[in-house]
Amino acid sequence: MSAAPQKAKAGAEKIAVTVSAVVPLNDLVTRFEFKRTDGAEFPPFSAGAHTVVEMQDGDRTRLNPYSLMSDPADRSIYAISVRRDDQGRGGSLFMHQKVKVGDAMTLTYPVNLFSLDLRAKKHVFFAGGIGITPFKAMIAQLEQSNGNWELHYACRTPALGTYADELTNAYPNKVHVYYDDQNQVIPLEDLLDGQPLGTHVYVCGPTGMIDWVHATAAAHGWPSENVHSEEFLAPQPGKPFEVRLCQSDITIQVGEHESLLEAMERCGVDAPFLCRGGACGQCETDVVEAEGDFVHRDHWLDDEDHASGKKIMPCVSRFVGKTLVLDR
Amino acid sequence: MSKFQFPESIASRPVYGTLEPRPGKAHLMIADAEGAEAILELASQDAALMAKTHIIYIPKGTDFSEKLRALKPAQFYEGPSYDASVQRIQKVLGDAHMGLQVYLAGTEGLMGQAMNEAVSAGIPASAIQTEHRGSVARRMQCVHCKGITEDVVTDPFVCSHCGLNLFVRDHYSRRLAAFQGVCIDAEDPGNVPEPVELYK
Repeated sequence: MSAAPQKAKAGAEKIAVTVSAVVPLNDLVTRFEFKRTDGAEFPPFSAGAHTVVEMQDGDRTRLNPYSLMSDPADRSIYAISVRRDDQGRGGSLFMHQKVKVGDAMTLTYPVNLFSLDLRAKKHVFFAGGIGITPFKAMIAQLEQSNGNWELHYACRTPALGTYADELTNAYPNKVHVYYDDQNQVIPLEDLLDGQPLGTHVYVCGPTGMIDWVHATAAAHGWPSENVHSEEFLAPQPGKPFEVRLCQSDITIQVGEHESLLEAMERCGVDAPFLCRGGACGQCETDVVEAEGDFVHRDHWLDDEDHASGKKIMPCVSRFVGKTLVLDR
Repeated sequence: MSKFQFPESIASRPVYGTLEPRPGKAHLMIADAEGAEAILELASQDAALMAKTHIIYIPKGTDFSEKLRALKPAQFYEGPSYDASVQRIQKVLGDAHMGLQVYLAGTEGLMGQAMNEAVSAGIPASAIQTEHRGSVARRMQCVHCKGITEDVVTDPFVCSHCGLNLFVRDHYSRRLAAFQGVCIDAEDPGNVPEPVELYK
């Protein structure tokens, strides 16, 4: 038995908040700031943590994870920066189009799957696009303790360089920005070369960038323990399928544009979750019976688990086939 | 044969592996006595390895030094004892950069102490390779006087500092790189079992 107290509801504890500021930063990215509705201070968080934002979009409840990018030392606000994804599932569009100052919303307590390793002698950050957000908080945290860090930030154009100017002005010797439209590329191999022993690198950005940093660091002899990454996956649409949940004793339909986890929640099943992006492992579910193929998309289970057909992460993974029975 | 299969034990007891070449910008190999054989086998697996390798070797009365020199490592240092070599180990680690691979081979006392140096220099313990070779002698801490007795080969043994009769435990301290020795005749002084050689 785990020593942790059993929670009554799935997910992290919730906080009622009021939107206190909506700040467009450029064509794609807007910052949203929240105050607690009860006027109290927010719980402290460690840099790299995310919160799950609950959006009431008509009948539909959307739950999207966003990195907290405000200063962890400032307990009066939580802030997130959201990139509008016109091809996405609609969460970011809802934030951009519907959310106004004064709106009541719900956030979860922060959960950190991308924390600083404070044993590091030096921290090197690699950000791609909106992947800058967790590093805003990390830089604020490290600056408090005079930490040794540097940032290498790739963005498409100066106009889309979210926080690029602000960071460059504040830390001109530590922040290095690379613009795609000027054919500038992060000189990753040179940067990995010659770092002092005990350096940790952190990468947040598109999948290709994360894989590039992991693979290059491994080839340079970096221990995997010194390379940290975070990528939230959005559930991808897929063919509808039917699932039998044997503990709940119901059979549910998973629609084309919803995840298995969302379908369970829609049918009133209180399934566990934290990150909703395939990273934290909280929603891991045992497969009782399956006839068909799994579409595993998570970062949590290893290849062996994926091949075994005994486990599934319902937040991002799907199923194609005749029968699927889950122990939920 | 210099290999020994330790019986399974408690979680605190270190477990050693087999050295394998890994990609890296530089390689630091620290070995004593028969640990040289592990380095010789490692070198035979990757001809390019030695050009980027610094070997720190403590012979402890064995005659492997010439064979190690013949591998033509980038640097070779032979020390009379671990204590005499530790300053060099600290200097090498202090000057090192990310991409350094560390390989430890030989006795448990050497590997444990060198592991401590590498970890405090910033390398995670799980990224440091170890291979036990040669003597199964242990570096023991007397839990009563805290004195360290090196190269203990019998159980029980007499603490070289306070003279108590100590029982050899598998309980290991990474911080001290030593096993714990506990007084075996505290309740009935003088009632000490006949010492037996470890693992015999």
